[in-house]
Formats: sequence, C-alpha cells, structure tokens
Amino acid sequence: MFTPGLYHILFISTALFFIGVFGFLTRKNLITILMSVELILNSVNLNFIAFNKYLWPDKLDGLFFTIFIIAIAAAEAAVAIAIIINLYRSHHSIDVDNAEEMKY
Amino acid sequence: MSGSTIIFYMLAALTLVSGVFAVGTRQIFRAAIFLLFSLIGVAGLYFWMQYEFIAAVQIVVYVGGITVLIIFSIFLTQQAGDKMPKQKIGRQIFSALAAFFGFALIMLQLFQHTFTGTINQPMEPGVTNIGTQMLGVNNGGYALPFEVVSMLLLAALIGCIVIAMKTTGGISNKE
Repeated sequence: MFTPGLYHILFISTALFFIGVFGFLTRKNLITILMSVELILNSVNLNFIAFNKYLWPDKLDGLFFTIFIIAIAAAEAAVAIAIIINLYRSHHSIDVDNAEEMKY
Repeated sequence: MSGSTIIFYMLAALTLVSGVFAVGTRQIFRAAIFLLFSLIGVAGLYFWMQYEFIAAVQIVVYVGGITVLIIFSIFLTQQAGDKMPKQKIGRQIFSALAAFFGFALIMLQLFQHTFTGTINQPMEPGVTNIGTQMLGVNNGGYALPFEVVSMLLLAALIGCIVIAMKTTGGISNKE
C-alpha cells in the first residue's frame, strides 16, 4: 500500500494537473497563466514516463514523447513571452482584462 | 519504510506543495520561485524512477531555461514589490470546485482500473539506446518527428524575433 508504484505517480500527476487548471482559471496576469500551463505540461510528462517505466519498460516510446513535449513547451514559452512583452509595450499592462482589442 | 520510499514521499510533497503555492501566492516573483521548486521536484521524481537522461533534460530546459525566461519577463513587466489584485471570491470557489471534481472523477476512474503491462525484457533507458532510436529511420525510429521539431524550433525562433522587433519609423501604430 505504501510502497510507491504506478498509482502513486499517477496520483501526483493528476493533482499537479488540477493545480495547474485551478491556476489557469483564477489568474488574470498573463505570466502566471503561462506558469500554470507549464505545470500542466509537466504533469503530462510525468504520466508518460510513469507508464513507460511501469507498464512497457521494453520500449522507449513514452520517453520520446516526453522529449518532444519538452521541446514544444520551450518553443511555446518563448513565443508566449515575446507576445507578452509586446503587449506590455503597447498597453502598459499584461492583465487579460486590459487586452480587449483583439476580441472583435 | 525503506529509504527509497521516504525519498519518494519527500519529492511528492515538494512538488505538490510548491505547485499549490505557485498558483496561490499573490506576489508574482514568489510564484515564479515556487514554480522553480515544483519543477525541481518533478526532475527528482524522474531521477527516482531512474530515467536520468530525461531528468537532466528537465533540469536544463525547464529549471535552467524556461524559469529564467519567466523571471526575466517578470522583471521587464512588473513593478517590484506590489501584489496582484485579489480575485473575486466566487470565481475562486468556482475554480476550486471545478478542479476538485475533475480530480475526484479521474481518481475514481483510476482506482477502478487495473493496468496490465508487458512481461518482456526491460530496455535500458540509457543515452545509447535513446540516441539510436531517436535518429533511426527503421521500424520504430523517430527521425521524422525529430526533423519536424527542429523545423518548429526554427519557426518559433523567427516568430519571436518578428513579434518582439521594434517597428522603426514609417507607420507607427499607437504611440
């Protein structure tokens, strides 16, 4: 029961995912929303590695998915921060409430 | 309880507690630092599962790259020391309920399900095996996604430069 196994790691990754969802729903600042997205992506990576280790240790497919997700997350964070800094330059604020011009 | 079990629970507590503080604190710089500790906890879990390569990638890319990028953008866009405004209590309660019920649903499904794994001989997740399969073009090789990701990184690089470039002279849109 207390020896850590697949279910314990899946519990951690699910909890991390919903912590990220909570942050994504409550935050207004764009940088903190980006941080919540990073938490969600990390929980997904943890899932892939746990399934690879405990269920299919004869393959490396989960590991490759994790590597590609990390690469895509890095690209996404870089583009998002470029957009945030550009938004700050024109609006002097990075709250989602103040960026309403792209809405219509 | 063996030492491995104790280390596992310590890493789990580090990850989850700093994750909660990262989404809960009202000072944005502290949120970034707590996010850093949460990512270190996840890297520790990879080490605990003996996937050393992926743990090293996690530390290099997330802890060393993305968190530093986030901290830099905080320095560029926030005034030092002021707190973020408080959220409406109804919105917080709604979000907490949504997160809690989603968590409960997933947990319910998870503990009713039994996973059946393979019984084949395990494959060492070392750098040699990873590199051979990553750049292999045979059955099961990952050469095509590797090239696609390299194109994606190039596109992201050019996109960042174009977005962040200052428009010099000519048409000045707003200020």
